[in-house]
Amino acid sequence: MMTEADVAARVQEHFGARVLEAYSFRGQHAVTIAPKDLREVLIFLRDVLKFEWLADLAGVDYLGFDDREWRFEVVYAMLSMENNVRFRVKVAVTDDSVSVPSVWDLWAIANWEEREVWDMYGVRFDNHPNLRRILCHDEFVGHALRKDYPINRRQKLSAPSESILCVRSELA
Amino acid sequence: MGLESHVSQPFLATRLDEVINWGRKYSLWPMPFGTACCAIEFMGVVSSRFDVSRFGAELVRFSPRQADLLLVMGTITQKQAPVLKQIYDQMPDPKWVLSMGACASSGGFYDNYTTVQGIDEIIPVDVYVAGCPPRPENVIGAVVKIMEKIDREKAANWR
Repeated sequence: MMTEADVAARVQEHFGARVLEAYSFRGQHAVTIAPKDLREVLIFLRDVLKFEWLADLAGVDYLGFDDREWRFEVVYAMLSMENNVRFRVKVAVTDDSVSVPSVWDLWAIANWEEREVWDMYGVRFDNHPNLRRILCHDEFVGHALRKDYPINRRQKLSAPSESILCVRSELA
Repeated sequence: MGLESHVSQPFLATRLDEVINWGRKYSLWPMPFGTACCAIEFMGVVSSRFDVSRFGAELVRFSPRQADLLLVMGTITQKQAPVLKQIYDQMPDPKWVLSMGACASSGGFYDNYTTVQGIDEIIPVDVYVAGCPPRPENVIGAVVKIMEKIDREKAANWR
């Protein structure tokens, strides 16, 4: 039976110093890595440790939170149904000049989730097939969930969004 | 007046406004624009327990071109605002708008980048209904308010 601690140990053993940070909170383990190592780590988790499912993908803005060296993190929540164990991989993104490799070809769901992170935090994903806003409208300027986005700034949309009209063709 | 001697059938004299408004107010055709939990409450409004058909407004149309009462029920996002405007514009005159619940009337607790702070930023509203969501009686009360408003209108003022 593999536990989260075992997974963290295996990842650290395999990637050594490329794991920037490893910690656990209430039995939930996570590792932080650099964007360039992301695909390698996720493929290792998927193929070797049997994390076949990307359960969630989310962004975090740590502006003014503490003295960490990077501003953003992208969190990949993994689930292994075979071993019944979960694990989190965090990618440290210094600022919005740094982009993260897309994993949409490994898990198709990453397509829309990466668009959401782009929309809300402005974190760019390399090799994404369609990196457009997914929640905010097309005329929206800035990224709404960034800590420096003014909480009362509203942006009006002048005409029905093209993206609403083309949803069907995109799904087809 | 001696008019009776000239007509063979009984008749009733009234004002044009009166008779047109009487017809309009007892046959409102609602178009539901339901985007949130208020729309679920609206199911109660039109169903047998509360039964808005007692007031002649039960025939829900899903095309704005066949409706004269727009029921906006729920949160309206900035992305959706032009769609709501377009639907309102597609409704033929005369038309009335009922804003149901806190979100449609004021944005509710969604005081943020994504939500329109009241649909009156986009379209004119006749009656606001308080509540989150409002009780069905409350919505029926608002329909009655609109009926009273229709009663006071100059029928010829509409196109």
